[in-house]
Amino acid sequence: MSDPIIYLDNNATTRVAPEVFQAMAPFLTEEYANPSSVYPFAGPAASAIDTARQQMASLLGCQSEEVIFTSCGSESDNAALRSAIKTQNGRRNIVTTCVEHPAILNTCRDLAEYAGAHIDYLSVDSHGRIDLDEAKALITEDTALVSIMFANNEIGNIYPIRELSQMAHAKGALFHTDAVQAIGKIPVDLTNDLKDVDFLSLSGHKFHAPKGIGVLYRRNFAPFTAYLTGGHQEKMQRAGTENVASIAGLGVAAELAAKHIQEENTRVKALRDRLQEGLLATCPDAMVNGDIEHRLPNTLNICFKYIEGESILLRLWDRARVCASSGSACTTGSLEPSHVLRAMGLDYKALHGTVRLSLSRYNTDKDVDTVLEVLPPIIRNLRDLSPFGRD
Amino acid sequence: MWNYTDKVQDHFQNPRNVGVLEDADGIGEVGNIICGDAMKLSIKLTDDKKSIADARFQTFGCASAIASASALTEMLKGKTVEEASKLTNQDIADYLGSLPEAKMHCSVMGMEAFQAALADIRKKHPEYNLPGAVTEEGDERVVCECFNVTVGKIREVIRLNKLTTVEQVTYYTKAGGGCGGCKEEIQKILDEELGKANQGGQNDATPSPIAQTIKENVGPLTPFQKMIMIQQTFDSIIRPGLQDDGGDAELVDVADDKVTIRLKGHCATCALADKTIEHWIEAKLREKVSAAITVTAVK
Repeated sequence: MSDPIIYLDNNATTRVAPEVFQAMAPFLTEEYANPSSVYPFAGPAASAIDTARQQMASLLGCQSEEVIFTSCGSESDNAALRSAIKTQNGRRNIVTTCVEHPAILNTCRDLAEYAGAHIDYLSVDSHGRIDLDEAKALITEDTALVSIMFANNEIGNIYPIRELSQMAHAKGALFHTDAVQAIGKIPVDLTNDLKDVDFLSLSGHKFHAPKGIGVLYRRNFAPFTAYLTGGHQEKMQRAGTENVASIAGLGVAAELAAKHIQEENTRVKALRDRLQEGLLATCPDAMVNGDIEHRLPNTLNICFKYIEGESILLRLWDRARVCASSGSACTTGSLEPSHVLRAMGLDYKALHGTVRLSLSRYNTDKDVDTVLEVLPPIIRNLRDLSPFGRD
Repeated sequence: MWNYTDKVQDHFQNPRNVGVLEDADGIGEVGNIICGDAMKLSIKLTDDKKSIADARFQTFGCASAIASASALTEMLKGKTVEEASKLTNQDIADYLGSLPEAKMHCSVMGMEAFQAALADIRKKHPEYNLPGAVTEEGDERVVCECFNVTVGKIREVIRLNKLTTVEQVTYYTKAGGGCGGCKEEIQKILDEELGKANQGGQNDATPSPIAQTIKENVGPLTPFQKMIMIQQTFDSIIRPGLQDDGGDAELVDVADDKVTIRLKGHCATCALADKTIEHWIEAKLREKVSAAITVTAVK
């Protein structure tokens, strides 16, 4: 049997928890009824959705009727942004950041081109932090929506959502947060801390539910118009026959997330920290990217100067079946490196050699040991190949 | 995931001929760290200076860049200079089985490094009388500022690989893969190479009356004419160019030759914005209006 996979790419996607898979199985086999049907055979499907909605609400600290099931985080983002431009009585401005996920950036771009929206982008400093004063200056009486990510997928930075959402409400603007990377990793409490958040996007597959299921949280009575129009599902807020199996799985994943959130912030964080310290100690010319103090507990974005990310990743896989990500041009599928790292003004000597290691509760001490054993020689070897870094 | 052949994997995981030859006859260095790949190739000739005795490389780049360089050194060793000068990037790709099309620029980098090494030998050792052509005049003009790609390189790669689209040119040379401001020019070069240069023409809109007047007027532009010309160039060339790449800009002020603009959309957050302004917007305005124009951007 080949060596096990060491999966350190949990910000890309996660393993489906066995309990989640179990909860889904009946709806992929015997319980195939449409939850909208009238006969009792549809009962289990309908009640599975109710249960999942409550489980999700309980994780977020909101009412169950504030949970709208969607197909993914990108759909939730689209719904929130496109709705705000329609419902905000002629307000045409959206304030967001230059380090958002493409689901936000490209939707903003589309709204600017086809819906007359005017987009303002908050800049970031060299640690990827935004400036609240800049936000205050940009949010005006013309702002329909402020959309700021809860946590950044690449560097893990956690943004001050409470302050930003208050700023938005002070100017009569709606507030949305793309919380795809935050849910399951850090506590998100919409009752107490985040009363001013109107919309929140999340995605199941980032916390051990399957791909293809997401949620748009909509605060009760927040102005909203459906993005996907059609049938009466989700109280006319999102048409389409419900993805019952995935919704049931998402509910269980939400319950598990609440149960393990402490572990994410202790054991998983300790693994991440050990990885970070170990790599910094053994690899010269390495640097951690992001806001060290306000970062997701599972995420390490580290750059190794003078070498290129794709080479590092393919060697990692070859040596020990380690899965990780990079912000380098060759791995982004374009010719340019990550927009997040560029927005931070990262030195070009380092920009192409970034590696993102993102953990989950399924990672072990042994995983970290293996990476600390194989990665430093890979870095040394690739530097021997490189024409840079010797002067 | 890139679908690399076993041969690419092998040359990436176990690269051949790594290093620098201390007694090299010539060294070719191409690419740079900003662009994301770079290569240094050293070449040692046989005593009769007719063949390649040894070749070593150093590469900064992705798996296919390292594999292409490794393959190149294997291919070069033992060949006569004359044989080797005929190697193309496609030969490197063939040697490796194949390369994903979006990675063909890695094979082009190999070819270029060898050409640069040969040029270095010719310069250092004219007495060797190496065969091979000298680069054509005017080919060194840079088209893509983001990745520093010249007209000459674009033309050569189009011819060698029979390219027909701007996207392919980007895959093979990276030109146009940054801010995208040069895509229009790449299309023009393609049209010329494909013999379509004289069939087009629809792109050149009929000049407006004022532009016509200005054209016919031999003397220097009046401030009013200059302002109009700047505005027209801005609206008809610069903004559409930026918009193609998800960006945009607005004209803030024109004071004599000093043009002030504000970058918007993707341009406002693009790390290459300075270069875009300096080289592309300014160059366009200088070309169309006045050589004295300077452009600055405000937030």
